[in-house]
Amino acid sequence: MIYDWAIGDEAAVKDAFSKAANVVSLELTNNRLVPNAMEPRAAIAEYNEAEEHFTLYTTSQNPHVARLVLSAFYNIAQEHKLRVVAPDVGGGFGSKIYIYPEEMVALWASKKVRRPVKWTGDRSEAFLTDAHGRDHISKAEMAFDKDNKILGLRVKTHANLGAYMSLFSSAVPTYLYATLLSGQYNIPAIYAEVITVYTNTAPVDAYRGAGRPEASFLLERLIETAARQLKVDPAELRRKNFITQFPHQTPVIMAYDIGDFGASLDAALNAIDYAGFPARKEKAKKEGKLRGIGFSCYIEACGIAPSKAVGSLGAGVGLWESAEVRVNPAGTIEILTGSHSHGQGHETTFAQLVAERLGVPISQVQIVHGDTDKVQFGMGTYGSRSIAVGGTAIIKAMEKVEAKAKKIASHLLEASEGDIVIENGEFKVAGTDKSIALPMVALAAYTAHNLPDGMEPGLKETAFYDPTNFTFPAGAYICELEVDSGTGKTSFVNFVAADDFGRLINPMIVEGQVHGGLAQGIGQALLEGAVYDSSGQLVTASFMDYTMPRADDLPSFKLSHTLTLCPGNPLGVKGCGEAGAIGASAAVINAITDAIGNNKLEMPATPDRVWHAIHGNA
Amino acid sequence: MYETTYHRPSSVDEAAALFAKGSQSKYLAGGHTLIPVMNQRLASPSDVIDLGRIKDLIGIEASTDALTIKAATTHYDVAASGPVQKAIPALAHLASLIGDPAVRHRGTIGGSIANNDPAADYPAAVLALGATVKTNKRSISADDFFKGLFATALADGEIITQVSFAVPAKAGYSKFPHPASRFALTGVFVVKTKAGDVRVAATGASQNGVMRVPAIEAALKANWSAGALDSVKISAGGLMSDLHGSSDYRANLIKVMAQRAVVEAG
Repeated sequence: MIYDWAIGDEAAVKDAFSKAANVVSLELTNNRLVPNAMEPRAAIAEYNEAEEHFTLYTTSQNPHVARLVLSAFYNIAQEHKLRVVAPDVGGGFGSKIYIYPEEMVALWASKKVRRPVKWTGDRSEAFLTDAHGRDHISKAEMAFDKDNKILGLRVKTHANLGAYMSLFSSAVPTYLYATLLSGQYNIPAIYAEVITVYTNTAPVDAYRGAGRPEASFLLERLIETAARQLKVDPAELRRKNFITQFPHQTPVIMAYDIGDFGASLDAALNAIDYAGFPARKEKAKKEGKLRGIGFSCYIEACGIAPSKAVGSLGAGVGLWESAEVRVNPAGTIEILTGSHSHGQGHETTFAQLVAERLGVPISQVQIVHGDTDKVQFGMGTYGSRSIAVGGTAIIKAMEKVEAKAKKIASHLLEASEGDIVIENGEFKVAGTDKSIALPMVALAAYTAHNLPDGMEPGLKETAFYDPTNFTFPAGAYICELEVDSGTGKTSFVNFVAADDFGRLINPMIVEGQVHGGLAQGIGQALLEGAVYDSSGQLVTASFMDYTMPRADDLPSFKLSHTLTLCPGNPLGVKGCGEAGAIGASAAVINAITDAIGNNKLEMPATPDRVWHAIHGNA
Repeated sequence: MYETTYHRPSSVDEAAALFAKGSQSKYLAGGHTLIPVMNQRLASPSDVIDLGRIKDLIGIEASTDALTIKAATTHYDVAASGPVQKAIPALAHLASLIGDPAVRHRGTIGGSIANNDPAADYPAAVLALGATVKTNKRSISADDFFKGLFATALADGEIITQVSFAVPAKAGYSKFPHPASRFALTGVFVVKTKAGDVRVAATGASQNGVMRVPAIEAALKANWSAGALDSVKISAGGLMSDLHGSSDYRANLIKVMAQRAVVEAG
């Protein structure tokens, strides 16, 4: 055991349970997962003797943090003598946040042998050494009053951190997990105890969702179990307990800023035609199939912040983000972002933000990231933070650039600064036909022949943005499926997701993120699971044994969006990168257990396990 | 991968001569087992002799009563073959279920049965159909060919040249794929011969590799229908048990896959 941690009010929970009309309890396992990014980790290290300078090309989600850690913690080189480049990384899901020994050894060796050193991890090494995810065993109990209102929640979780403490190992099963245990519900009293343990397995750290999938799975399995035990409709039991007033302070730190959980649930119920389900179940029964439906109403906390708050919890870093907007002399725009794109499509979404704001073609905007020599210090990408934190930093820098450009434009157009509006790439004097194009303003800024008195030349601004709160994406997922009782095989009939991510900048990219998240959540529910044998050997160390979701394992998803604008940032955005992975697994397990009429089923719900859950041990 | 010498003979005799010459020779067919094993440095043959380019080993011949598939014919060619689809549709169906398209375009029937992986598909068909395995030295009946896990009756250096099947009255194959590898977690091939005999073979299930299933054969001989198997009990004894399938689950799959194979066979 490493430590025993707790959050919430134990006495209040005890009191709530003593008054309860009904208590529902559940034991569950959150299975260990292997991240399996498409590109395994890799590094090229180069030492320039003349300049006493290292360059590390590597697969990192946060090159500046990597440089800081390599420099300050491991003393490889001072920060200004170390460049970390992570240009185009093939997926991370959290596993490429950390600094691993191999990259460090490559740096050391490049100086030793005085030539570039390349290391490429293979898939087996990725299985064995990349930080794994999840791995909890929990017991949860929920107290209800006679009207089925939730009175209290008590959770005890054992979290396996593996053999070594990793970067976020300790934060994931505590502050990223137990603080989300209120879910979408009004729960007056919560007490959660987390016991972390070391085992002789690979370290466990942040993996898509990081703590929040574990919280959501526990809560949504528990409330579904409650609906069955209390013999009430699972949608209605949820709705009865939804938080409807915002802001809402939960008993476990989080202050939800906004949401409309009923709207998401309604959208999902409509999309799946919930009213028609009993008839569909009956028809399936006649065809010899067991049909089930399962819900999951998740909430997550994204854009982890503010820095002061995470600092008070013991974090070694701040969780702000930086952006620099460079308007070049001929009017093209470079955005240097501290966010990092390893499959998220920032190059599109961020460019779109800027292009739409100025009314210039997207081709005029270049997004620069992933190189410590080019980009100012930034915190990188994880925890669905890029649009809410990184995007806002860009907006803040844009506001500064626009303010200066307006000053220049008003000077050149001999108009009042307050009358200048930006439209279609031009600075216009409102209500007149006088205008000047952005490239002319930019050129004026750099020639500096005719600037307002006292103005510095140039058109380039930087912003560091530290949010005031998390953002709280939420949604409702409903899964309808059939189980083949002969084999225990699960087949999807329908999977609907109604998410509230706040404002969507690029709906297609958001859709892709949700699809990927759902695939990982369904993967956890049905297919994936890292298993060690009693001698500490990883049994599932290749794709021959570890089941990654494939296209034919997944349904066609039906997505929809409801909208409440996040009040905490100027874009009204919340983040969408992890939602699918957070919400999907409970919906799947709830649906299978509904279909088979046995609530005891562990993930991954392999055909073998489902068959045994139906037929017992033969 | 360790260093090796690659040979590409153009005849079976040349291949056998090359094999004899090498100190630790291995034949290469589709390479789906040998190459990964070499890649992992678990095998280090001195000489790799590629049988895949020998023209005499590729092709399919069919008559009313018999079907012959030469050893280096790929799974894709078997699955897509009109004569196979006509003579033994279940065999074409089985070939279409092996691995993925890339595997099916390289893997061969000879390679599959020579390797005798306990979860491979082809051994179930070869055993259930009572096929004859012809080599460069002799003919071996299917009942004598498979000798347990990765073991066959083949002598060192012996090359399978073709597999001949008698066309049955009815045949069906039903496979429950391993969720990760897509090998057979359990696959069952059922056959009713033109003489009225019933042969059933299961792959992926037994610790000793492909096996006949006498209890199912007897029940189907009495009554060729899925329902006839409802009361059949398959023992979990001697069956494989692993992460994806316990032995009792595999015992259940033998019965369920047999029932579905009977339905497919018609």
